[in-house]
Amino acid sequence: MIATDPTLDDAPQVELRSLDTLWFQVGGTVCNLACTHCFISCSPTNHTHEMMPLAEVERYLAEAATLGVREYYFTGGEPFLNPEMEAILAATLQVGPATVLTNGLLLDPARCRRLKALEETSDSSLDLRVSLDGYDAATNDPIRGEGTFERILDGIRNLVAAGLNPVITVTEVCAEASADEGKARFFALLRSLGVERPRLKILPVFQIGAEAERGGAYASWQRLHEGEVPEGSWDHLQCSACRMVTDQGVWVCPILVNEPSGRMGETLADSLGGFALSHPACWTCHVYGVSCRT
Amino acid sequence: MANRIPEQLRERLTAHRGLATWGERLVPLGDFRAAAQVEGVALSPAERAAATAAYRAGVPDSTPVEGPYARIAVFGGVYSNHLALSALLADAARRGAEAAYCLGDLGAFGPHPEKVWPLLVQGGVRVLQGNYEESLAAGREDCNCGYTDPRDNHFAALSYRYTAENCSPEMKAWMGGLPKRRRVRVGERELLLVHGSPRRINEFLFASTSPVPFLELLLDQNRCDGLLCTHTGLHWHRRLPSGRDVVNVGVIGRPANDGNPHVWYALIEARGGDFGVDLLPLPYDHQGLAAEMRRERLPEEFVETILTGWWTTCLEILPARERAVSRF
Repeated sequence: MIATDPTLDDAPQVELRSLDTLWFQVGGTVCNLACTHCFISCSPTNHTHEMMPLAEVERYLAEAATLGVREYYFTGGEPFLNPEMEAILAATLQVGPATVLTNGLLLDPARCRRLKALEETSDSSLDLRVSLDGYDAATNDPIRGEGTFERILDGIRNLVAAGLNPVITVTEVCAEASADEGKARFFALLRSLGVERPRLKILPVFQIGAEAERGGAYASWQRLHEGEVPEGSWDHLQCSACRMVTDQGVWVCPILVNEPSGRMGETLADSLGGFALSHPACWTCHVYGVSCRT
Repeated sequence: MANRIPEQLRERLTAHRGLATWGERLVPLGDFRAAAQVEGVALSPAERAAATAAYRAGVPDSTPVEGPYARIAVFGGVYSNHLALSALLADAARRGAEAAYCLGDLGAFGPHPEKVWPLLVQGGVRVLQGNYEESLAAGREDCNCGYTDPRDNHFAALSYRYTAENCSPEMKAWMGGLPKRRRVRVGERELLLVHGSPRRINEFLFASTSPVPFLELLLDQNRCDGLLCTHTGLHWHRRLPSGRDVVNVGVIGRPANDGNPHVWYALIEARGGDFGVDLLPLPYDHQGLAAEMRRERLPEEFVETILTGWWTTCLEILPARERAVSRF
């Protein structure tokens, strides 16, 4: 087992260049699925982080406006388990663009039509990002759960029928996904669902949480050391331009919410300082150039 | 099946029952929360106000202010489209523009990149450096647009290579000496001109992803009454609640992904104490450009965009709203 070692004193420091992207763990770690590669082990019974009420989100939105935040992302857990999720999106779209990361299971036709209506009343973009881990049930369902492939496809169809064009997110647990041939299969699948302009995002896995058990944990050499991330080469690191808000306060990024040392304070103003890249997941971000943004 | 994990393992990982996940350990919920609450900093209200003020602080800028003018023409993204550039210079003169400003990206997509250089110089156009000029002058291997889609990358690399091979060392050296920002007075307003954003040469300012609080802060930090930019390929204008203006002047190198072959530029003028922004469609000999591109064996995908007005490449950069009205 490898946990964050805050005493690791040769980790490179990354400063916050600007707070462009604000994430909300709006669904907490509560999910209606229990995917075997989830880096924060979300499940129906995981209350490490609780869902965020609208009033709490609004408080952070107000502070974010004073800091000129460009865009807002919502994740969980499953954001649409949060009974106030649509009200939260309505409030957010008044101040900036919003993206929701969802497993697609709660995207019934009526909800998709309401989301489309929300999007139409805003000057800003609304993006839905639906997770899928294979181009058939045989590859997807062992990861995301029995029967989920068909249900996710239903959600995508409902979005398309309402006039929304989701981004499909695939992790590299689906080994073929990052190769051109694998991408072509996903594009073909999406076109078969009526998506005329398919959009795909491939993400590497973070070897923490449930994924550490499924695919293996980080090895001791997978760490960043001083000098490996020099100043001026931070643009690819999310932590130079984002923060994550949960019901437990402000965290450095969307990945490290299950590491207490990832917490930076109570308000955004508390979190404007730098962060030491001491966690092995920081190695993945740097080496693979990962951004959780679309 | 490689991905399948035993049910008892799934059960162990996901049935928390009062436990929290700390990395890959399960610990009592209270232990995790107690450990998290003491992490980070807890500033006092005064310290928070000071941290916010420091974050919002202005950016030093000694760029000299040009003008004042009553009317200027501003355009971006020439993309080697010398026929549109000729049409623009004639149109701007006809409309009484006292000066013309180009916000960068002289190359890409179009034929014979050297042709735009004498037009710019003889037309007295004040040119900013875009990411294309920065990359070409520095001998970079790509245009620094940051695409990840392999198809976008293929076409971006193709047009960058063509432009790099057909630009003389003299033109590249000239590009390398271009300024990255200018300040221009129009009437009583001081405008900041940049390629992408005041922060980064390759930052995209699309209408649907540039919210008001973000733009107000950019203008505060850069102490200007208006901001003019390009880089996205799509024109828009927004008057902010503070009364200041942000204008993406669009590009004259390819159409605005709207099914029309004309291109766009901006005419900015003093109107009493106020300020007028007209985004103008610019027809030009697009058939002639398409024929020249074909003679140069440039990709038919690029030619199609010039003829139809719909983008066929570099679509990945579009936000959801702009992509929704796109044909491809």
